[in-house]
Amino acid sequence: MADGSISCEVAVVGGGPAGLAAACTAAESGRRVVLLDESPWLGGQIWRGEQNAAAHPHASAWFARFDRSGAKVLARSTVISSPAPGSLLAEQDGEGFQVKWDRLILATGARELFLPFPGWTLPGVMGPGGLQSLIKNGWPVSGQRVVVAGSGPLLLAVADTLRKHGANVRMIAEQASWSSVIRFGLGLAAHTSKLLQAALLKLRLLGIQNRYGAWPVSAEGKDRIQMVTLTDGAGTWKLDCDLLACGFGLVPNLELAMALGCELKDGFVRVNDLQATSIPNVFCAGEPTGIGGADCALVEGQIAGYASAEFKAQAERLFAKRRSWHTFRTALAEAFALRPVLKNLATNETIICRCEDVSLGRLRQCTHWREAKLHSRCGMGACQGRVCGAAAKFILGWEPESIRPPVLPARVGSLISSRSEKSGGHFR
Amino acid sequence: MNNAVQITINGRPVSVPAGIVVAAALARSGTIQFRSSITGQPRGPLCGMGICMECRATINGQTNCRSCLIVCEEGMEIRTYG
Amino acid sequence: MSEAFDIVIAGAGIVGAACARECAAGGLKVLVLDQGPVGGGTTGAGMGHLVVMDDSEAQFSLTSYSRSLWHQLAPELPPDVEYEQCGTLWVAADDEEMSEVSRKQEHYAQRGVRVEVLDGAAVAKAEPNLRAGLRGGLRVPEDAVLYPPCAARFLLDRAREQGAVVRTGLSVTQLLPEGGVVLADDSRISAGISVNATGPWSPGLNPGLPVRKRKGHLVITDRYPAFVHHQIVELGYLKSAHAVSQDSVAFNIQPRKNGQLLIGSSRQFDAEGTEVNQGILDRMLKRALEYLPSLRALSAIRVWTGHRAATPDKLPLIGPSYSSNRIWLASGHEGLGITTSLGTGRLLADMLLNRKSAIPPDPYLPGRFAP
Repeated sequence: MADGSISCEVAVVGGGPAGLAAACTAAESGRRVVLLDESPWLGGQIWRGEQNAAAHPHASAWFARFDRSGAKVLARSTVISSPAPGSLLAEQDGEGFQVKWDRLILATGARELFLPFPGWTLPGVMGPGGLQSLIKNGWPVSGQRVVVAGSGPLLLAVADTLRKHGANVRMIAEQASWSSVIRFGLGLAAHTSKLLQAALLKLRLLGIQNRYGAWPVSAEGKDRIQMVTLTDGAGTWKLDCDLLACGFGLVPNLELAMALGCELKDGFVRVNDLQATSIPNVFCAGEPTGIGGADCALVEGQIAGYASAEFKAQAERLFAKRRSWHTFRTALAEAFALRPVLKNLATNETIICRCEDVSLGRLRQCTHWREAKLHSRCGMGACQGRVCGAAAKFILGWEPESIRPPVLPARVGSLISSRSEKSGGHFR
Repeated sequence: MNNAVQITINGRPVSVPAGIVVAAALARSGTIQFRSSITGQPRGPLCGMGICMECRATINGQTNCRSCLIVCEEGMEIRTYG
Repeated sequence: MSEAFDIVIAGAGIVGAACARECAAGGLKVLVLDQGPVGGGTTGAGMGHLVVMDDSEAQFSLTSYSRSLWHQLAPELPPDVEYEQCGTLWVAADDEEMSEVSRKQEHYAQRGVRVEVLDGAAVAKAEPNLRAGLRGGLRVPEDAVLYPPCAARFLLDRAREQGAVVRTGLSVTQLLPEGGVVLADDSRISAGISVNATGPWSPGLNPGLPVRKRKGHLVITDRYPAFVHHQIVELGYLKSAHAVSQDSVAFNIQPRKNGQLLIGSSRQFDAEGTEVNQGILDRMLKRALEYLPSLRALSAIRVWTGHRAATPDKLPLIGPSYSSNRIWLASGHEGLGITTSLGTGRLLADMLLNRKSAIPPDPYLPGRFAP
């Protein structure tokens, strides 16, 4: 458009499984669809790198379907804010632009939960999903000694990727108990693709030490990690390592939904049967509505896409499949629930807010999140409280408050929505 | 794609495989400390997906770029805050 | 259950905190109440610029006096208050603004406030990131900046050392004409005098008070140390602050001690909501880019809004209200609350303790608005 903005009928934010599926069904239903994603690729986190070298059969089928759908992609595009209903402000390669939409589908995915412990800020300590993504994008791990710790099915997946790229995986330490995980595994029978995946992974991981009911207590090293100490509450193990992949499951990326005013329920975006949020014409699918993994996201995304195009009947045909994945989603949360002792890993000296170097002891002088932000500057740095906020919620029970734009840091120039040159005279 | 891409890291010319991200190029050049925290602690990438802001580097003169989300391009000049 | 205090202050922002410190230091038994955290209102939203302003003699007097109190306090301020005497640089874009520079220079110098006039070349040398072609400027080297919420907390810490009590998370719903306050749970706390230091919310406790909410926007960037060295304000700022009814923006940027940049400023009446107004934000940032073009590529972390407490004559209300001599006011500071908090506290305590003030308190007495 002449003012530099892009217009569409359905805007999809996020190019992971949920976003791809939503874009496909919306476009196939005849809508003009634009999909925005921050990274140079599609696939979100879980299918990162799959476009060129698909490991999952599902992924390549969906990429192909997306290519055929007619949906337009805006890669390297970060959504900054919603300056007015029906409009998004975004930034691509350092330049701002607007996207005008009739329907909006949020598929912003999830990020890893990082629980602080002494030494967790050392270079070489990374999220398992983060390390997996980086490996797919060229991060070297061949010959390196890696310990994988934390919680969730992601640990096995990253251990597998590490092994395939020549790393020496010394141990996988899952904080959930063996019995929890086994019960979950048995429950997977209803979800055959997951069962197969899990079995395959397990086979390939023979020879790697697997501990359950174990978690890290400290990382040590000078300028980078050199050793990690783990415990199961009874014994401790010290392992020399070059990298520590440690993350405790996933938390939803709610920021854009909150910026739009979408209501939350139990810490996730509240949606109805048609994946519609509390804000008219705004839908949400995938992890922000509940941590359910790629298959769950695919179903929800398809429903949201059909719903955004008002193809209710098509959407309803997927309800049964979604119910099934929601059962899986609940089982996932139960199996990998975090044990309370993890709240005590951080000492008063442990940094909680990495952007502003605020320790737990300093935070304990405050009574709630807002006070902590104002007085200690926790959450006021570049990550906008994403890392420390999730940790503070887990350790101290603090709820985050409403967010301020930009949803992600952006260039000052990109915050400006209108192209006209001058600052103008008086307004109104 | 098996072509190599020529970039510079903190002034040093380096050859990296095409298609890798800047963060990976930095790691391949031997550094996983990309920056220092406000109190001077060493920091490197944490989340790998653009939310933790620990992987920031200056790329072609543009500060505060998330190196985990940017693909290396021919002639790119990368500087870390070390 | 009611307790007895000499003074109950509604509002734990920087003005309430300064009043508490002065009253407690004067031997009064002080209670400070706030529904939110210390400095969580206007104090937490603003820029923290300690500046001498000369809209009127009374404003000059109060800001200059207050600034000297800050200078005295500076050595005691802890690191998290981030006090930095970086000075203000008022920049002139044209001849009209340059003659304003000369006028200000004379006005300030006559009243003993150090200033320097800079020509275009000197401005460019002082601030290399400013665009070329500015006519000149006025540097006020003894102006300073700080981080207001921690300054408010520091003042309350001092008050507590003198026996003051601070309770947050408690909402005051009424100021009693006989002295004291009523809380949201209907409990009462009696006091000799209650002080309304709630800023833009003051009319809620003193119905009919001539205090209006004046909305502002701010943007904070990531760390860019040495991008600017002074708080830089365009002389057009004065036109913006003057404008009574129109929405306006004016270029104003502050280097925080930690290297982050605070970009402002905007003024709107009749904008009660806290949401960001994109139209105003656009104008404010475009104005800033006209002065600092290379600001465009810097990383912005957060945009927020706040409301100032504005009075019809741009002077605060300090002293007994006109409805009851047991209800006092310390409110209406518009964009100068951080600066004049210390002067306000001192003047208020002077009145309460029957001490002679260093500057005449008359221009700020609430009685001037008595119907």
